[in-house]
Amino acid sequence: MKNQQKKAKSAKAKSDAQGRRLFYCIVPFIILSFLFAYFPLHGWIYAFFDYKPPLKLSQCEFVGWKWFATLFANKTQVSQMVQVLKNTFAMSFLGILTSILPIGFAIFLNEIKSTKFKNAVQTLTTLPNFISWVLVYSVAFSLFTDSGMVNTLLQQWGIITTPIKFLDSDAHTWLWMALWNLWKGLGWGAIMYIAAIAGIDAELYEAAKVDGANRFQVMKNITLPALMPTFFVLLMMSVANFLNNGMDQYYVFQNSFNKEHIQVLDLYVYNIGMTGSSLSLATAISMLKSIVSVTLLVVVNFVSKKTRGESII
Amino acid sequence: MKKRKKMTSSDVAFNIFNYAVFLIITLICVYPFYYMIINTVSSNDLSANGAINFLPKGIHLDNYKQVLSLQGLPTAALISLFRTVLGMAATVLASAFLGFMFTQEKMWHRKFWYRFFIITMYFNAGLIPMFVTMKTLHLTNTFWVYVIPAIVQPFNIILVKTYIESMPKSLQEAAEIDGAGVLTVFWKIVLPLAKPILATVAIFAAVGQWNSFQDTLIYITDQKLYSLQYLLYTYINQASSLAAMVRSSGTAAISAASLATQQTPTSIRMTVSVIVVLPILFVYPIFQRFFVKGIMIGSVKG
Repeated sequence: MKNQQKKAKSAKAKSDAQGRRLFYCIVPFIILSFLFAYFPLHGWIYAFFDYKPPLKLSQCEFVGWKWFATLFANKTQVSQMVQVLKNTFAMSFLGILTSILPIGFAIFLNEIKSTKFKNAVQTLTTLPNFISWVLVYSVAFSLFTDSGMVNTLLQQWGIITTPIKFLDSDAHTWLWMALWNLWKGLGWGAIMYIAAIAGIDAELYEAAKVDGANRFQVMKNITLPALMPTFFVLLMMSVANFLNNGMDQYYVFQNSFNKEHIQVLDLYVYNIGMTGSSLSLATAISMLKSIVSVTLLVVVNFVSKKTRGESII
Repeated sequence: MKKRKKMTSSDVAFNIFNYAVFLIITLICVYPFYYMIINTVSSNDLSANGAINFLPKGIHLDNYKQVLSLQGLPTAALISLFRTVLGMAATVLASAFLGFMFTQEKMWHRKFWYRFFIITMYFNAGLIPMFVTMKTLHLTNTFWVYVIPAIVQPFNIILVKTYIESMPKSLQEAAEIDGAGVLTVFWKIVLPLAKPILATVAIFAAVGQWNSFQDTLIYITDQKLYSLQYLLYTYINQASSLAAMVRSSGTAAISAASLATQQTPTSIRMTVSVIVVLPILFVYPIFQRFFVKGIMIGSVKG
């Protein structure tokens, strides 16, 4: 009896020791993760100081909630913030609106019989997803400047007489940004749906055919419902990321003409923090943004759990 | 034998329409690249006036020769190449190792540490705290700012872990009975078997590194450390002054150059763009099938 207990004990100790050893192996990575994900959070205290870079934080004045108050009290600041939020919401909203297009892309591509054509389309339309925003901007610049393809052709065909300023203007900025986003992401966005369609039971289609359903009825009643779960997850993720547009796209396309309508939150934080001098204010804004984003994620996850019984994170 | 159903006329109309729409979408995606390439090999005076839209005219390769003499371009190309290779290797190894370790149920507080990594996907300290952190760690204006922060990537860890979990456990058990330790199992068994998913991670990491622009913008002021993407961005904005610089850089060869090969803002901008995009154009079709597999596994979360 006693002997057996002893044995069990030593086996447990052995496995504990092994567990520890396994843990020691990942410690270097824990340190990395801590340094670049958790440790930066300490920077939020800059939001409560009047931080002026060459000075040390200890030499700067502690101002409490001043920056947060400025956001809501200072009139010019408030109107600027409102415009930035409008831009952010517009871009995110247009992004969500266009996120249904990859579904259509996948469903209609599925109707194409030639495998070669299908594969070619899939390969070539995903290509723009793999180039950087700088290159997208270069493409845009090449096609849409005064001597670019679009303006020269329109002039040759006699549709316009003077080149249209596509890039150096604030006309339809939101729409243009959404379109570039679509150009870059349409084919890539469709891949997941195409894969989902490939996973649909072929018998369903056979049965529908036997019942005399036509092409569009099959699309609507079999293919589309099968894609809804994927769409729902992606939709939830975009709602959770409503404030995070990223800044690469808007940074490269920004100029003095379109600045008013292109500044989304991420770009605004960069503009006032890194090129302006309000490091503390920028920190305060990005801090608020992070908190709202995490809250959104938790709420969306809760909704997803309630409605679908599945969490998204 | 099954008889083929006859296509009705509405079917035919639908098919024609469908093919046409996809043809147009594909053209819109691809034509800009073709357009840039034909412009870089055509007469520069024609291309600057927007005369090259469908076919190249007056073909020459001088643009590529001259653009390489632009200050900073060779260095930036090397920086981009190094960060892509090193960054990819580091990310793949770390993701493989962590993904594997988190399948080891015996690990001390495994679940907690797994969450410790994964949760970092969902929050972000923000631009300025990150900048201050990099500064504190003395990483600003060093090459390592491109590589070290990118080593641990939660999403890739999930991908690998999910993949390894789908492999039969008996493989590891058998090896352990033969006396193999955990690390031997990782090197000799898991790593070779996980090749498909590691290829996916490698592509994502490499494309991410090659395309990255923001980190140079924020953390780097030393021109020797500029990445190709960042350099391209500055070229687009300063193409006209650069063209003047290349033209006036004085040698007899350049003053003798005809209008057709003389550098223009357009030629410089497009040539550098093509140089930046070519690696992607070449590598991409070969690895395309991995992307698809990768995101399919990714959609099944761990």
